[in-house]
Amino acid sequence: MSLKRIDLLICCGSGCVSAGSLKIKERFHEVLQEKNLANEINIIETGCMGPCDYGPVMVIYPEGTFYKKVSPDDVEEIVNEHFIKGRPVARLMLQDDEENTFNTQREVPFYQKQVKVALANCGYIDPESMDEYIATGGYEALGTVLTTMTPQDTIDVIKKSGLRGRGGGGFPTHIKWQMVHDNKSDEKYVICNGDEGDPGAFMDRSLLEGDPHRILEGMMIAAYAIGASNGFFYIRAEYPLAIKRIKLAIEQAKEAGLMGKNVFGSNFCFDAEVRTGAGAFVCGEEMALIHSIEGSRGNPTPKPPYPAVQGLWGKPTIVNNVETIGNIPTIFLKGADWFASMGTETSKGTKVFALTGDIKNTGLVEVPMGITLRELIFDVGGGMTGGHKFKAVQLGGPSGGCLTVEHLDVAVDYETLKERGAMMGSGGVIVMNDKNCMVNIAKFFMDFCVDESCGKCSPCRIGLKQMLDILERITSGKGKEGDVEELQRLGEAVSKLSLCGLGQSAPNPVLSTIRYFREEYEAHIRDKSCATKVCLDLMHFDIDKDRCIGCSLCARKCPVTCITGSREDKYTIHQLDCVKCGNCQDVCPVKAVSRIPGMHPEVTAKREAEAKIANHHDD
Amino acid sequence: MKTLADLKKIREKAQEEMKLRGGNVRIKIVVGMGTSGIAMGAREVMKTFLEEIANRNLTDVLVTQTGEKGLSSMEPVVDLIEEGKPKVTYGNMTPDKVKKVVVEHIVNGRTVSDYVVATGN
Amino acid sequence: MYKEICKKYAPTKDNLIQILHEIQDSHPQHYISPDAVDTVAEYLNVPANHIYGVLTFYTMYSTSPRGKNIIRLCESPPCYIKGSENILRKLKVILGVETGGTSKDGLFTLELCACLGVCGNAPVMMINEDVYGDLTEEKVEEIIDKIRGMK
Repeated sequence: MSLKRIDLLICCGSGCVSAGSLKIKERFHEVLQEKNLANEINIIETGCMGPCDYGPVMVIYPEGTFYKKVSPDDVEEIVNEHFIKGRPVARLMLQDDEENTFNTQREVPFYQKQVKVALANCGYIDPESMDEYIATGGYEALGTVLTTMTPQDTIDVIKKSGLRGRGGGGFPTHIKWQMVHDNKSDEKYVICNGDEGDPGAFMDRSLLEGDPHRILEGMMIAAYAIGASNGFFYIRAEYPLAIKRIKLAIEQAKEAGLMGKNVFGSNFCFDAEVRTGAGAFVCGEEMALIHSIEGSRGNPTPKPPYPAVQGLWGKPTIVNNVETIGNIPTIFLKGADWFASMGTETSKGTKVFALTGDIKNTGLVEVPMGITLRELIFDVGGGMTGGHKFKAVQLGGPSGGCLTVEHLDVAVDYETLKERGAMMGSGGVIVMNDKNCMVNIAKFFMDFCVDESCGKCSPCRIGLKQMLDILERITSGKGKEGDVEELQRLGEAVSKLSLCGLGQSAPNPVLSTIRYFREEYEAHIRDKSCATKVCLDLMHFDIDKDRCIGCSLCARKCPVTCITGSREDKYTIHQLDCVKCGNCQDVCPVKAVSRIPGMHPEVTAKREAEAKIANHHDD
Repeated sequence: MKTLADLKKIREKAQEEMKLRGGNVRIKIVVGMGTSGIAMGAREVMKTFLEEIANRNLTDVLVTQTGEKGLSSMEPVVDLIEEGKPKVTYGNMTPDKVKKVVVEHIVNGRTVSDYVVATGN
Repeated sequence: MYKEICKKYAPTKDNLIQILHEIQDSHPQHYISPDAVDTVAEYLNVPANHIYGVLTFYTMYSTSPRGKNIIRLCESPPCYIKGSENILRKLKVILGVETGGTSKDGLFTLELCACLGVCGNAPVMMINEDVYGDLTEEKVEEIIDKIRGMK
């Protein structure tokens, strides 16, 4: 038995690592060594604790003290004050706007509406220790399934739980399993889809990094249910830590006899390998993913045949998302009824969401299905940053749609979101305040989809490019009457005609922003004005002569010398030459420079004149 | 590992290693580690607790620390907190006294009244 | 040397992507040369044009030499909302390159990429396998200076 009296859990998910948590860990080792405390304090690297915005974060047990935004310089104080004298360092604790301090992780509002199933161990155990996973009940579900249940029993439990795919489609998991189970092929495969590519989603990465054994155990239960003895983890190459952790988990499980031949003395034999992607969003689509594992270009192919019939190397295959698999061990430990008691009629259990954008508590949260957007954004997410107003939320990344203030009380489940033009997708929640231009955001998502289109089918390859061209035209002040209708027409065509989910869902952000923010599109086209002053062609800078003190700073900082004037006459911007860099606004000591919505009349006139000449030439 | 019983063995051992993170704690020992406590030997007291508990393989006892309790004249000060019982505070602790408290109070459940400076909250 | 890397894997086509990753990572200029393609084609017994097809499909592979360190700045919406454009501008200035370019000293290649999945700490970039989050213009300068100092 050890003499340890403190467990120091340092979040080493990618978010906190990117904010420097590894340096902090090293510093702790140094300081504890210096002060001769190393044998009393356990330093544990955990997976993502969730509140990435406050990273690097850490929790200190037994009290459960929660520290945020810790820097290497704070380490000595934590050791001296907290570890030696037992006085937690209040300034590193989380405070809310009313200056309430939250001493422990349990008290932090961010965690209070959360129910952790898939994420239960993330940020609580050391992901590189199989024993810690076992301590939380790990591999108990696998053992029970293998020794007491038939494959059909296993599928029935999943059916009863109501589990649906967490990767985007929301397809009932048990149907995929049943199809492959019923197929009498000699060779079957299970694939864990870790090609999480939706901008704004990072739950799969966090799960793979934070609790790899859970995913491995879930995969083995799935393999047993369908009769597969080989599995593949397909993980995108952008996630090196996730790849490393899963590989380690596989090694540890093999060594312990939890993988390989006759697991738990049963007839079940299983082996798994890790395959990495190489930077192609479309590989999240199951057929594309299968082709990628086979060593080819990740092009989707028409379905049917579905992978359940003809998948990897032509054999029946299930492709399940990481989060879906992450729920499986707990469903068997706590029962299908327990799982189904959470959520709504059609969407059972919990869902992990990645909160990003203009929201206070960015990070990873797990909440029961059916929670309202308001609770998700304002209670769990802490509301908007900087006192700004909520404008819209993009759910489901580039495949999803945006929702507005009027939808805040909508329950988050698969069907409700779909009816309103958004989708659950993989669970990316990008929150936007009133400083965001929705046309610009739609353009951004479209740009992403054009980049990521694999080019195999023409609706997606050409249709999306046409949509992007129109959006670029609109945001640069060259929009025409009828552009909105053209976008809608193209969007619907691309949705209907594309081969795979990428193209079918790519128009969603455009269609949903048109649905809810049509007036913004029209202001861009008709009034040549971007109310949020984001689209540079549709706004201009102006100097308020009453405020200007004639200091000439702006003129000196202007890269195109388009600001002239004198102390007496004050300064003026020559609109035709302005490149909208914003330097003048940044340097003005008296805030005399401001952004004004709308194209400047001089620019409008010049453009019209140019258009006339161009038309003349065409004639 | 071939059976659920094997798994259970590993689990129990691993849970023991993780007990600081919650779970099965019968008695919590809180050592006052303010400046004066430390000056009076609180670190030695804490170390002795940790060693004694390890030696006796007491799996349901937790040692933690707190700041100055204001009882400077009686440092080092230690609280023993047990679910459903009033808190017992021992003062002027030394490593030898710690050994006695572990045997009497923690193992046998008898308060060592000679060292008690306060009870209750 | 390419041959050695190949031999770590079974000579089946499905190992192609892994082999290419390893070849590219082991090359000081982070790219896959025509020689390498020929070696892999021979080892896996697949036509070279299949390999070029794969190389050009996946964005992480390069068929032309790059810098010692590959900077991949995320250009996805969550990072954009948090100001990735300013970071890109800053990187271009301090490295003296455009997107896709390699700095004169051969130390850095600047690339844009899709979501790196660290959106909670946007804006984010990855330099080789290390992720840097919550970027500000000052922070970027510090990071680059530090790597330059290590050369």
